[in-house]
Amino acid sequence: MNLQRVFALIERDMRKFFRSPALMLSSLIFPLVQLVVLGYAFGGKIKGARVALVDEDHSVVSRKIREMFNGIEAGPQTFRIMEYTSLPQAVDDLRVGFVRGVVDIPPDFSRRFYHNDRPRLLFTEDNSDQFVSSSLLERVQEMTDTINAPAVTSRLERQVDLNVVEIYPYVEYIKYLLAGSTSMGIFITAMIGGGITYIDDKSRGLHEGYLLTPIRKTELVAGLIGAGTLKAFMSGMVLCIVGGLIAGIPRIWDPVRLVYLCVVVLAASVAMISLMFLVMVRVDDPLVPRAIFGVLNMLLFFPSGAVYPTEAFPGWLRWISVIDPFTYTVHALRNLTVKSTGIGGIYMDVLVLCGFSVLMVGGCIALFKRHL
Amino acid sequence: MDAIEVDHLTKKFGELVAVNDVSFHVERGEIFGLLGPNGAGKTTLIRMLTTLTPPTSGTARIEGHDIRADQDGVRRILGVIPQAFTSDPELTAKENLEIHAKLYGVPAETRDELIDSLLESVELLKFRDALVRTFSGGMRRRLEITRGLVHSPKIMFLDEPTTGLDPASRTHVWEMIRSLRERSGITILLTTHYMDEADKLCDRIAIVDYGRLAALDTPTRLKDSVPGAEVVEAEFEGEPPDWMEQLGGLSFVSGATRHEEAVHLNSHDGPATVAALMDLARARKVTVKKVTVQSTTLDDVFLHYTGRALRDQLQKGTRELVRFSR
Repeated sequence: MNLQRVFALIERDMRKFFRSPALMLSSLIFPLVQLVVLGYAFGGKIKGARVALVDEDHSVVSRKIREMFNGIEAGPQTFRIMEYTSLPQAVDDLRVGFVRGVVDIPPDFSRRFYHNDRPRLLFTEDNSDQFVSSSLLERVQEMTDTINAPAVTSRLERQVDLNVVEIYPYVEYIKYLLAGSTSMGIFITAMIGGGITYIDDKSRGLHEGYLLTPIRKTELVAGLIGAGTLKAFMSGMVLCIVGGLIAGIPRIWDPVRLVYLCVVVLAASVAMISLMFLVMVRVDDPLVPRAIFGVLNMLLFFPSGAVYPTEAFPGWLRWISVIDPFTYTVHALRNLTVKSTGIGGIYMDVLVLCGFSVLMVGGCIALFKRHL
Repeated sequence: MDAIEVDHLTKKFGELVAVNDVSFHVERGEIFGLLGPNGAGKTTLIRMLTTLTPPTSGTARIEGHDIRADQDGVRRILGVIPQAFTSDPELTAKENLEIHAKLYGVPAETRDELIDSLLESVELLKFRDALVRTFSGGMRRRLEITRGLVHSPKIMFLDEPTTGLDPASRTHVWEMIRSLRERSGITILLTTHYMDEADKLCDRIAIVDYGRLAALDTPTRLKDSVPGAEVVEAEFEGEPPDWMEQLGGLSFVSGATRHEEAVHLNSHDGPATVAALMDLARARKVTVKKVTVQSTTLDDVFLHYTGRALRDQLQKGTRELVRFSR
């Protein structure tokens, strides 16, 4: 392989890349906007959800429960209490979405409470929105547990306590999403700087000029993938650092972690650009890469665990995630940014990405046409 | 050994035969033209000779390198200027040449000097660091030709080098091609559908139609081979009633027709017909107001060998292009 020819192609692409700020910005802006908007939109706790409270008991006990609700309203502010006198009216308002849940204290609540006759609170929830209903249910359950706590504790404790130890400080969603957004940035640069630019150059006849020279097929593929990798690597590193600063990742400038980040971003860049090149290697129509951009994005980004854990996926989606280079990129980047792991947390992902790249590059060389 | 030897070259795209059993040879230092309308198969032929398209059958040798068996050898000695612009508009003139020089392995120590001298030879040195997208069509074509010369090729292929250029730029490109041959003795094969271009530039011309070679010779011999193609046009005063019959009987005249005031005499020998015409007019006391001889054009040659006028073919091609684009 003549490296001078490979570097000539890389030089050409890099010169064009640096002369096109729009290309650079477009590959950075979307992932950053995604990180900020999705990170803050999905990451917050539920606050101020309207909950209807119907007190049909009007007793000392029911007043105590109402005070507990007021306490939550004033403290964690999970919900805002709307006092109702009619249960049917409250349920009607729940159905039309005016309130997100209804807590009913039945007329016999205090009587059953004092007779130890399993008094019941009724919580009717709007389960069309799982996020809100699970948060409200969690709060109502906490209140119920508090009411149920015995006034005098037994000397012989038989209940099993579960002590939860969190090995990382609380991880905001924006930090969780950073790995996905960085992977997205690498993918977009691979798509625009690799796929779309390649097809556009081909349709404008620029490739004809290179095919007329003595350059070999392997050198052409190496030059095009090399240039795309460099572009994707730069985007990925900028996103890691800028996104890390926005998300508040501690010690983002740690040199050892930066080295590991470079390794992961480089391996991911080669994998994604070679995948993109394999998809585009026989394409001539400049509309095709634009048309399949959304589909590829959907197929690669969402099954990777970038926004939701893969353990929640059905079987077929898990298979996509297994062969998806995004999955290993997201896993390795998340290990580095959120968990601050060392080489032990990324080496397997890097190996998989390298193996994937070898397969993709081999496919590119086999399918690349040296003729028009 | 000839510079180019084409041996029964054929290219089929499905049922369509784009190039049909074409054979010819081009001598070293020759400017050889392929003349034909759009879609005649000229570009396909050039693409096969430059290894861009594999032939269906037949072969060709470029300076002894077979286009099927030794493609790298062919690419090393060729300078090719394709029909479409292939220089990168987002790079400067110098960068375009530099990258191609690297692809051809031009040594680094001579590269800068070579690029500057090439740019100077086409009067583009002062635009060396300008982006190619700011160039006019003529400037860009000159740059393309320069790029094809960056590795000092033995043979240049130019596919319709002046298509789309204004008359001044066309003349400039013609001068470049002529001086290139004079300076370096390089062999040049060009395709064109401009008859004047083929006539003025080429030592020999091959007329291509429907993928076949219809004729091949020097422009002069091709024109000489067309019988009775010279036209003597004359206007008279005081013509007698039998004047047209008398004109039709003049030596070398194969027919006489009237076009308003003018009379057209188809002749095998224009000057001899003019002399006979003047003698006849003097004898019959007819005043000759005007007389001109129109020589045979390559369009006449094309008409003679293909049965159709090249201009008609070009217009048909353009109409088909418009219809296709709609």
